[in-house]
Amino acid sequence: MARRYFRLLSAQLRIAGLASLQYRADFYADGAMSIFWLAVNVAPLLVVYQRRPTLAHWTLPEALLVIGWFTLLKGVLDGAVNPCLTAIVEHIRKGTLDFVLLKPADAQFLVSTAKILPWRGVDVLGGGLVLVFALTRLHRLPTPLQIGASLLLFAAAVGLLYSLWILAISVAFWVVKLDNLAFLFSSIFDAARWPIGVFRGLWRFLFTFVVPLAILTTYPAMALLGTLTFRTGAWALAGAAFFALLARWVWTIALLHYTSASS
Amino acid sequence: MATAPAEIPSRTALGRAVRALPTLLRVGVAEAVAYRAEFVIWLLTTTMPLVMLALWSEVAREGGPIGGYTGKDFTAYFLAAFIVRQLTGVWVAWDMNREIREGLISMRLLRPVHPLAAYGAENLAVLPMRLLLSLPIALVALALTGGAAVTRDPLLLLAFAVAVAGAWLLGFAIMSAIGALAFFIESTLAVADVWFGLFFILSGYFVPIELFPAAVRNVAVLLPFRAMLGLPVELLIGRLGHGAALHGLLIEWAWVAAAWAIAVAVFQAGARRYSAYGA
Repeated sequence: MARRYFRLLSAQLRIAGLASLQYRADFYADGAMSIFWLAVNVAPLLVVYQRRPTLAHWTLPEALLVIGWFTLLKGVLDGAVNPCLTAIVEHIRKGTLDFVLLKPADAQFLVSTAKILPWRGVDVLGGGLVLVFALTRLHRLPTPLQIGASLLLFAAAVGLLYSLWILAISVAFWVVKLDNLAFLFSSIFDAARWPIGVFRGLWRFLFTFVVPLAILTTYPAMALLGTLTFRTGAWALAGAAFFALLARWVWTIALLHYTSASS
Repeated sequence: MATAPAEIPSRTALGRAVRALPTLLRVGVAEAVAYRAEFVIWLLTTTMPLVMLALWSEVAREGGPIGGYTGKDFTAYFLAAFIVRQLTGVWVAWDMNREIREGLISMRLLRPVHPLAAYGAENLAVLPMRLLLSLPIALVALALTGGAAVTRDPLLLLAFAVAVAGAWLLGFAIMSAIGALAFFIESTLAVADVWFGLFFILSGYFVPIELFPAAVRNVAVLLPFRAMLGLPVELLIGRLGHGAALHGLLIEWAWVAAAWAIAVAVFQAGARRYSAYGA
């Protein structure tokens, strides 16, 4: 079973790779865009730190760590998550999800891996460079344990984002026209570029428990800084697992509400 | 035609557009009501100013006012920014891009109303619903800040109204020009992306323009981005004197004229070389 899905995944990846080799110019376009957006993302941060040495106890290099994880995550989101899930909404609207459901494999797996854009990986590279730059500015070499913890939390962040996306997509089975869902997602996600400590009261609550942005970028950065407690990390992983299960459950219910093209 | 028409039709394109406007607006309102879920999502995507509000208020709370902005000023600024965005947001670039690629724009080209006028009416028609949702927020905000943050100067209020109208016209013209690029190139939405990146930084969407270093600020004031958001916001919360207000409005309307000239030129040139199936 697992081997079959692994083979399916590698087939999908191979197709995505071949398709992207056809559009090699996209590499440069995406690369240029990636640098441009990195500048856009860093600009407000520079304005703040031009006038203040710290923001909610975060110094500039520390806040850059959060930006680094943010850029990495954005690369994964734009390259592997957004395109697939936008395609599902289109499938639901046009009724072509029939073709996916008829195939002898899990529908969620098929739609989630159908449209991967490898060139967006440039963002991953850029995010990694920002992380290295911030760490050199901090004169800090994280221990292997800290690096492992931050990578684990990053994996949890990717899973969490994906689960949130699936939850949002499931709504499309009921309301059908959801063209701008991707915009909603990226605009909420935009707030994750700031360390969570910046937000207070209602926003802190919203961004920790409802849309757990804190887990996405602040916790991996804290893990690299060695300021994340084991308990908080464990809770973050548990939260990610909870969202994954919830997403799977809602997806199966939503599928039952699918009224294909003809019915 | 055998029978004379009940009313004499206007001969000019502009007259036709004006006559069709009430109907186009009615259709637009009906569409906005029909796709409520999409509308609510759109509303949620525009809450970024509220996030920035939380952020900057915290910055001001931690270490005192920045560049003359206290916590209360930031609250007023970003609430005003939220409302101006509600009033001036357009999405014509996406519609136009899709309709040109899929050949749907043929339908619009056949109608006796200029497509730009029809798109304009569609984008205007959502304003009542947006007002309905954002006015309560404005009132609550007014109560929270004690009303002191909004200017009482009737001239500045008038300038605010003129600036919002200009911001809408400017945004619409630029988005139309970007949308009409789809007649020539494929990746118009990438162009829109770059535009929005610049807009986010230079319009005062993330940071009030006043907080930029002087060199950046002096350039930003001359660019169209600030006219689309920062200018009306600063007018409403009374941060500009009469001279600066007039200066800002002149720059804004100069950009409006230029942007419309470009938009119409790009659209006409594009429509001429357009050849969808059957067109």
